[in-house]
Amino acid sequence: MSYFLRRLAVFPLVMLGVSVFVFIAIRLVPGDAITAMLGTEGGMLTPAQREALTAYFGLDQNWAVQYLRWLGGLFRGDLGISVTYGQPVLQIILDRFPLTLQLALMSMVIALLIGLPAGVYAATRADRPSDLLVRVFAMIGQSMPNFVVALLAIYILSVGFGVLPTMGRYVPFREDPLGNLAQMILPAIALGTAFAAAVTRISRAAMLDILSEDYVRTARSQGFSQRYVIWRHALPNALIPVLTLSGVEFGYLLGGAVIVEQIFALPGLGRVVLDAILQRDYALVQGVVLFIAFNFMLVNLLVDLAYAALDPRIRYGDRP
Amino acid sequence: MRIAGALLRHSAGRIGLVIIGVLTVAAVLGLLGLTPHDPLAQDRLARLQPPGGSYFMGTDLFGRDILSRLMVGVGQSFTVAFLSVGIAATAGTVLGLTAAWFGGLWDGVAMRMMDVLLAFPAILLALLIVAILEAGMATSVLAIAVVYTPIFTRVARGPALSLKTRSFVDAARTFGSSRRYILTRHLLGNLVAPLTVQFTLALAWALLTEAALSFLGLGTQPPNPSLGLMLSDSRNLMEMAPWMLIFPAAVIMLAVLGFNLLGDALRDIADPRSRRALT
Repeated sequence: MSYFLRRLAVFPLVMLGVSVFVFIAIRLVPGDAITAMLGTEGGMLTPAQREALTAYFGLDQNWAVQYLRWLGGLFRGDLGISVTYGQPVLQIILDRFPLTLQLALMSMVIALLIGLPAGVYAATRADRPSDLLVRVFAMIGQSMPNFVVALLAIYILSVGFGVLPTMGRYVPFREDPLGNLAQMILPAIALGTAFAAAVTRISRAAMLDILSEDYVRTARSQGFSQRYVIWRHALPNALIPVLTLSGVEFGYLLGGAVIVEQIFALPGLGRVVLDAILQRDYALVQGVVLFIAFNFMLVNLLVDLAYAALDPRIRYGDRP
Repeated sequence: MRIAGALLRHSAGRIGLVIIGVLTVAAVLGLLGLTPHDPLAQDRLARLQPPGGSYFMGTDLFGRDILSRLMVGVGQSFTVAFLSVGIAATAGTVLGLTAAWFGGLWDGVAMRMMDVLLAFPAILLALLIVAILEAGMATSVLAIAVVYTPIFTRVARGPALSLKTRSFVDAARTFGSSRRYILTRHLLGNLVAPLTVQFTLALAWALLTEAALSFLGLGTQPPNPSLGLMLSDSRNLMEMAPWMLIFPAAVIMLAVLGFNLLGDALRDIADPRSRRALT
């Protein structure tokens, strides 16, 4: 129980640290936001106009005041106004997040649908040629960067089948489910490939471990079929490390897939964060990065808690 | 030497050694300028040449030799990877060891700082750092080093905490060994194996992060070649000149695969119990 409480107590502290880190990091970026926003036209501003704009965005205060104002705003759900979009940051995040969430979910489904059966299959045929084949594929899959998979997929589709993936305007799922899926499937495959390989490796390793346990041997010696032993006894326990890995990977994906979204021209969180950094849009970078870090930590927290709850053998209290 | 022998007897390790060996030779030749062509020279009469003839892997849109650019690109990527992981491993080990040894406030502060860094997905943190500094090779090194320092801190701190309470450390203290001696000889000495495994695996991630940054135009700057930039250049030309995509893609994949294989093999050798499960 103490582990749960400690883990929960640390969460807001680290979040506070993250907010300070993000706040300072953004202010170390050279150049000011007004010039970055207006480009060369910024030179045409009169000093008074520039001052008014600076005051409007709160950039004339010292850092401590700016930080406290920002932090106070966070608790009211006010993340500030993006200078490039002229919209509330929270609105931009809420607009883009569904795409990122959908992409992360699709990638995870692909990874689990391929990785789990492959891993279990390989474990039940350990050291045979079919196991070796699965392992080789998993190793190669894990070494494929998602942007390489994305580019190769586009190439194979366009040259092999003469179709180009739908790029251009993004179609939300509720407007046109089929069109949306057609648009999202390639990015999801690009992100899901290495994920699937990792799931394969971890589920194979976990299955192998469990298949050598006494209780599995006992079940077998009692005459239960191989299939029954695997489904009833081994798989549920092998799922624990798979759950941990999937959770962590999912947390990563919620941060937006910067490059894959770029390649497929998808307006997700990854694109926003990249553009915001390039545009020096302080408020937007701060808000989005904080949002991503929050999600990432939250998913990790949930995974840890689920892990502790599922595996009573874990004595977190003893952990150094 | 013992490790090299053990790697050669390990099937995945052998493959990893060969891949990384070949790429390292190419990288060193590239960095020394011993490439078949000048990687920056534009041959206007030989734009988008398919592989063959004097251009073994073909040419790009400006008539530059892909093979020569790949050799220099691998050299750059390996340099960034080794430097950044070297810095991360050194900083992380010092932080982890001292946090474990001194405990108390220092341990708390150091580990919470690492928690903050770990709260960001790797590429996001790297992007933030690149935005603060100017995009380029040195910035990539620093950004990747910061991203992977917390991992080394954790790898060093955990075992160091349990080593600290072992009787041989008590004995060394009783015999009057200096703190520095105990930290380096007894604690660090016992951390070499896990740190080596982590170092090799981190090289694979560092290569990926470097390629990602340069793909986004935030790493090595053109006209200097880099693997990520070459891939990015191939995007609009892949139908016409697939060699611009295939060769850099294959090299990135092989490099990451090589370090992954080496890392897994080293883990098996360091901890034979994990052997059956993870090979």
